Amino acid sequence: MKIHIKNSRLIDPRNGINAISDLYIVAGKVAGVGDAPEGFNANQTIDASGLVVCPGLVDLSARLREPGFEYKATLESELQAAVAGGVTSLACPPDTDPTLDEPGLVQMLKHRAKLLNLAHVYPLGALTRQLEGRQLTEMCELHEAGCVGFAQTDAPLNDTRVLLRAMQYAATFGFTVWLRPQDAFLAQGGVAHDGEVAARLGLAGIPAIAETVALATILRLAAETGAKLHLCRLSTRIAVEMVRKAKQSGVAVTCDIAANHLHLTEHDIGFFDANCHLKPPLRSQRDLEGLREGLQDGTIDALCSDHTPVDDDAKLLPFAEAEVGATGLELLLPLTLKWAADAGVTLPDALARITSIPAGILGLDAGHLGVGSSADICIFDPLQYWKVEAKSLASQGKNTPFLGLELAGKVRQTLVHGQVVYQKP
Amino acid sequence: MNNPQLTKDGKLKHLLSIEGLPKTILNQILDTAESFAGVSEREVKKVPLLRGKTVCNIFFENSTRTRTTFEIAAKRLSADVVSLNVGTSSQAKGETILDTVDNLIAMHADMFVVRHAQSGAAHFIARHVPSHIHVINAGDGRHSHPTQGLLDVFTIRRHKREFHNLRVAIVGDVLHSRVARSEIHALTTLGVPEVRVIAPKTLLPADVERLGVQVFHDMRAGLKDVDVVMMLRLQNERMSGALLPSAQEYFKCYGLTQEKLALAKSDAIVMHPGPMNRGVEIDSSVADGSQSVILPQVTYGIAVRMAVMSILAGNPE
Amino acid sequence: MSKLPDAELLVETLAEQIRPLLERNVALVGIHSGGAWLAQRLQQQLGDDIPLGSLDISFYRDDFSRIGLHSQVKPSSINFEVEGCHIILVDDVLYTGRTIRGAMNELFDYGRPASVTLAVLVDRGGREIPVEAQVVGAKVQLKPGENLELTRDQAGKFHFILHEAA
Repeated sequence: MKIHIKNSRLIDPRNGINAISDLYIVAGKVAGVGDAPEGFNANQTIDASGLVVCPGLVDLSARLREPGFEYKATLESELQAAVAGGVTSLACPPDTDPTLDEPGLVQMLKHRAKLLNLAHVYPLGALTRQLEGRQLTEMCELHEAGCVGFAQTDAPLNDTRVLLRAMQYAATFGFTVWLRPQDAFLAQGGVAHDGEVAARLGLAGIPAIAETVALATILRLAAETGAKLHLCRLSTRIAVEMVRKAKQSGVAVTCDIAANHLHLTEHDIGFFDANCHLKPPLRSQRDLEGLREGLQDGTIDALCSDHTPVDDDAKLLPFAEAEVGATGLELLLPLTLKWAADAGVTLPDALARITSIPAGILGLDAGHLGVGSSADICIFDPLQYWKVEAKSLASQGKNTPFLGLELAGKVRQTLVHGQVVYQKP
Repeated sequence: MNNPQLTKDGKLKHLLSIEGLPKTILNQILDTAESFAGVSEREVKKVPLLRGKTVCNIFFENSTRTRTTFEIAAKRLSADVVSLNVGTSSQAKGETILDTVDNLIAMHADMFVVRHAQSGAAHFIARHVPSHIHVINAGDGRHSHPTQGLLDVFTIRRHKREFHNLRVAIVGDVLHSRVARSEIHALTTLGVPEVRVIAPKTLLPADVERLGVQVFHDMRAGLKDVDVVMMLRLQNERMSGALLPSAQEYFKCYGLTQEKLALAKSDAIVMHPGPMNRGVEIDSSVADGSQSVILPQVTYGIAVRMAVMSILAGNPE
Repeated sequence: MSKLPDAELLVETLAEQIRPLLERNVALVGIHSGGAWLAQRLQQQLGDDIPLGSLDISFYRDDFSRIGLHSQVKPSSINFEVEGCHIILVDDVLYTGRTIRGAMNELFDYGRPASVTLAVLVDRGGREIPVEAQVVGAKVQLKPGENLELTRDQAGKFHFILHEAA
């Protein structure tokens, strides 16, 4: 299949391309950029005038809810949502039911995902068995089955000796350990940032120190063990400062933040909006600014969606009882564009945070449009506004703090392996 | 953001929290309560205002006292009253809050009085009821207990007349107290120039000064020259939750005794929302003493609740 | 109507008609706000030892569901024993009779009077309820939509204001 995508604004952050140009695809791979390859005769031409063509987005965290939570969402619905959002590769956390701590489960998940022929799925394996924080998982077997890293997700790992050993073991084989810094004791019972809003609303607080105290331990252990560390979903200004210092002193650490935390604070909870019940919690304005500064100066490497579909009933409860999470795959692109516009960041710079940089963190040859790479492509209109509502979302999770709002940035087509897997109706 | 408690023309639609209510509405409630205080002193304590209306007390969190005062208030307005103690009924069988509420709506209730252990529960229910139903928050988690806040300022107004020259101290577990939050909002909205909170650090919420209060950890310093002392109840769980070492030490540092009360103005009044833990937050001699207005608070509670229900029932959708 | 009635003159008329009724165990009860002012003046004129009360009938109106609670509710004040008392109920303008019905309902919630005599400054007709005043200052005719309002100036003198139809 020979495809010619013409006249678009072609942006490939890794290869420094940002120009009106053409893209040529042959047999599912990028065959030419700018000039047509020898003897190219298009079977299909896509006129992308006025649109942006970029590498398919790489999302570091999207919960697909399988296995175990099929009533919330299925592999099929969420991978549809992924490609509707221009995401062609994603990493999914191991907090499924059963937990992704057995190679057989990982193989099955990868197999089922492959059959669907939508986005590429890269599972993260559990760092400890059942995520209980007591025993190590068979990281080598899991890696062979396809795990790209090992995560503890939101489950507590209080035993510092186990944490040390898990890092040492991962470091033995060069595996990356994915950790969201949270001290379970300090965060206990909390549902919102421990600050002015929680004080007024009478919500139990999760103080900033729950993140920074845990982060201090994790960074020290990483330095000691030499383990490759990826920090997930930072939320405080001080955590960003700590990561800056750690990077300066040579610790092998990368980190991400969720797109929601780039735009929202504790004040968005308003009158107890359960859609704002998230982990980590939405924090103060100062923290938000710290995250933005960190993303801008590169201390924070990547942006992810932290896609967590929740069924409607689970949100129809008083704030503290409502289930945590928000749908995000289809919002990753518009929220990234919104940040770029607010912060005066160029489009290639912004897109790098959701393409080449996360691909690098995952160790994948993805997130770029170099000749010979898999033709995973996102074609979008940066200026088209669309309303975030149940009927415009492909995901089964319809709950997001942005419900009812209009965002700019609409995906028109998504290609995986040179096949159109999503086309805007 | 639309204020969920007010109609488009600024009339009271629900009473969910004191925060967000303009001073005029607070004053309307207090003035109306004055009239109802008179009704309660008559032989026939009823007026026909809510005749034909059904008031539903939905208590997801138990409370005999508060529920009883709301029942009495509704009956004095000639309303029909239904009380649902959800802990023992369908909720325990796994029915959701909204299903419980929907069932009561189907039985033609006009007004819900709701108490729940979660902050935000009253707002949540108010979002989901049809427009002709009014919701009164009888206490949601740590967030708000607006009728208590109102009856407390009504009590202050009865005994002190003006708000603009008062020093008020709130003593105790502010962190866990919906009463404290409602009192603080009522006092600051009505123009009390100095609102003090007196508590150990473990019992104060983060950034509490942003609520418009002055923080004191030393009770003697905090009580100096105050006109009103509002005591808060200390729950037993605070000791087991590593927030306080013991009731004895708490009483020593933060209990109200005659000796500490003497530091306040000589005509200072002592208040407590009840039920009291004698010997923990307050000494019996003070609770029963001449400066205590704790019993009148209870009477005023009925008048204030009658006022709230009448105003809500009379406001158009 | 041709000329606004002279309120001060009518108060005199009312006082003279009430005087013969004073020998028994009587009390004056005025309906807020015009009736309350009048009852107060009558007490000044007829004897300070006559018990004086006032009723704010907001809680007894029959139009609560339509118009709600008035934003300014004043407390009713009946500080004497209603049981066995001969009440002289005072109001400024008698019109449909609904205000009087509400006032009587409220009065009877305080106790059982021996009798109730209604004294009004002006009867403008237009009754919708079977209510009659035994003591009337003057009968007047108003056009539909017109309203007669009693006011009291700084010096305590009464005047009527006519509000034209909108």
